[in-house]
Amino acid sequence: MKTLLKRTALAAMIGLSTPALASVAYVSNEKDNTLSVIDTETREVIETIDVGQRPRGILLSKDYTKLYICASDDDTVQVLDLATRKIVDTLPSGEDPEQFALHPNNKHLYIANEDDAIVTVVDVDTKDVLAQIDVGIEPEGMAVSPDGKWAVNTSETTSMLHWINTETFEIEKNIVVGQRPRHVEFTKDSKIAWASAEIGGTVHIIDVDNLEQIHEMSFKVPGVNQDRVQPVGIELTSDGKYAFVALGPSNHVAVVDAQTYEVLDYLLVGARVWQLDLDKDEKHLYTTNGVSGDISVIDVEDLKVIKSIKVGRYPWGVVIDPTS
Amino acid sequence: MSFLTRTAATSLIALVAATPLRADSLDVRIGYLQWMPDQGPVLSNVLPDPEDAGLRGAELAINDNSTTGKFLGQNYSLQSNVADSEEAAIAAFDAMRENGLDLFVVNAPASTLKTLTEKGDDNTLIFNAGAKEDALRTGQCDVNLLHTMPSYSMLTDALGQWLNQRRWDEVFLITGPTDADKSWAHAFRRSAKRFGLEIVEDKPWTFDADLRRTASKELPLFTQASNYDAVVVADVRGDFGEYVPFNTWLPRPVVGTQGMSPVTWHRVVESWGAAQLQNRFRELANRDMNSEDYAAWAAIRAIGTAVTDLNSAKPAEIRNFLFSDKFQLAAFKGRKVTFRDWNGQMRQPIPLVHPRGLVATAPFEGFLHPNTELDTLGFDQPESECRING
Repeated sequence: MKTLLKRTALAAMIGLSTPALASVAYVSNEKDNTLSVIDTETREVIETIDVGQRPRGILLSKDYTKLYICASDDDTVQVLDLATRKIVDTLPSGEDPEQFALHPNNKHLYIANEDDAIVTVVDVDTKDVLAQIDVGIEPEGMAVSPDGKWAVNTSETTSMLHWINTETFEIEKNIVVGQRPRHVEFTKDSKIAWASAEIGGTVHIIDVDNLEQIHEMSFKVPGVNQDRVQPVGIELTSDGKYAFVALGPSNHVAVVDAQTYEVLDYLLVGARVWQLDLDKDEKHLYTTNGVSGDISVIDVEDLKVIKSIKVGRYPWGVVIDPTS
Repeated sequence: MSFLTRTAATSLIALVAATPLRADSLDVRIGYLQWMPDQGPVLSNVLPDPEDAGLRGAELAINDNSTTGKFLGQNYSLQSNVADSEEAAIAAFDAMRENGLDLFVVNAPASTLKTLTEKGDDNTLIFNAGAKEDALRTGQCDVNLLHTMPSYSMLTDALGQWLNQRRWDEVFLITGPTDADKSWAHAFRRSAKRFGLEIVEDKPWTFDADLRRTASKELPLFTQASNYDAVVVADVRGDFGEYVPFNTWLPRPVVGTQGMSPVTWHRVVESWGAAQLQNRFRELANRDMNSEDYAAWAAIRAIGTAVTDLNSAKPAEIRNFLFSDKFQLAAFKGRKVTFRDWNGQMRQPIPLVHPRGLVATAPFEGFLHPNTELDTLGFDQPESECRING
């Protein structure tokens, strides 16, 4: 009773003071069926929200009013209203949605259906399924270029990047990369795409104009067996200075010079680091650490880990709402 | 029902193969041969092994390869034969070779495998997805034979490492009467020596009573000893071993072929994306994926990975690729798997499982190796006489 009261009071307080609060980070906990809400000022979990089964990919609508959640084992995408922090809607998603990406038009959601080897495109307003595109086995990573021209899907077992034309919904090019490609991240100008290959241990730099690989990076974390160095999440600073690459069970995040592709440092974080997100002024980087069940916060200026925050079991995705 | 889905799966494979071919398309035809001798009657007949263990893994891998292949103009097809005798398996092998096949996955006893390997020539590449005998990896190697099934010693080394890191280093070993039981126990004795375990009792199983009635009376007496940390059972076919847990003289855990077991694959393995592989398999076969399925799957996926890179299905080129630095296969075990260049064994982590959960995955931290920790499992290069790559 007491905790309930406290929680209600806290919620009410948050409700009242939302505009004044520091920004908020949302973390999906794959094995807890919850989202953790973190106040990025105090760096504490302020709320835990029950969501669908096996939540993995999460992303914000372009107007920052909604959070979309892949509830993989419920075969649906849930819509969380950020003002009330309640699930207000679900979208058709195809089977086992894992990751997704929203087109800059704020309407077309590209969803990787891991068990079905397809990418489903859904109109988030009308809930119409606009297209289902055959891709390789275990489609995983999804990204849409900031200029809206390309949607890229990575298929883990097929080891390809599938380049989907967002006007025709057809694949125009397949690029074979290292084994188990996981994630794609575009530069702000849409000219370069970074793609990680978990088992290959590589990051592939793709020139988007020519759809050709221009560079391939690998990593060497001192004292860590090479086959535990498994790149997953990638985050780029908008000034073009750094790329951060989460290196999975090596428990490190690589800091890369985004111009020369040289690794500058390896930062020790929690166990099995998966996904990353920068806060609004790009001063801090948040990492989800699946096995240790926590979030590491990295100071981008000093390149130091300054805090770890306990969340739910197997935190998967993290996004920071820049407007809250 | 299962027949129906099987037919559906077969026609699906046929369909993939029959897709209108592009001018530059490549056909990759793979043969799958299975022959398992009758294990004889067992006391524990509660959970019989599926008869298509291995075959369905091969079918799944063909589907997986075909999905990649459709983007690259490569068509995969499987010719499979589940034989009911050694002669039938050999005849099927001959027929497939006459038919132009030169890539094979074989799930059969070591002696049959050896016969097939001897019949093959330099233009034949065979993957062993069934036989675990250490001799195939330490002395009787063949240039054109690779192993995706782990050896007995890889499995028992995984168990030995685990017992060592738990500091459960005094064990009571019970060995069944079959050749496989003896091979397993032999491998375990080597592991015990390697990882500093003491076998305080080493007893053969000689009872032939039905333990469902008498286990609670027989086994406590059989496992009497002044002290031990765990009981290790070597009962590969699952005859008496299921009745050892909870019936030991001392209140101790049971490990080995029953209780907690080192395995190639098991339905409880779900990390590293394995949940997706398990789901795909269940959808295809209407049952859980087991070790034989996994070994056959890994073999055909290894071929597929090579073909993706080479755009060629020539056995010699595939073989070279599989032993090169370029080969890497994401095999849902947490790290890439590769082939040992001295004996063709696929390196792989070994899960330790009980029927409803994963306990741990070997190799464990602290067991060091100059090249890869995965080579702490099984016969390492200096311990093997094989040098199939010169």
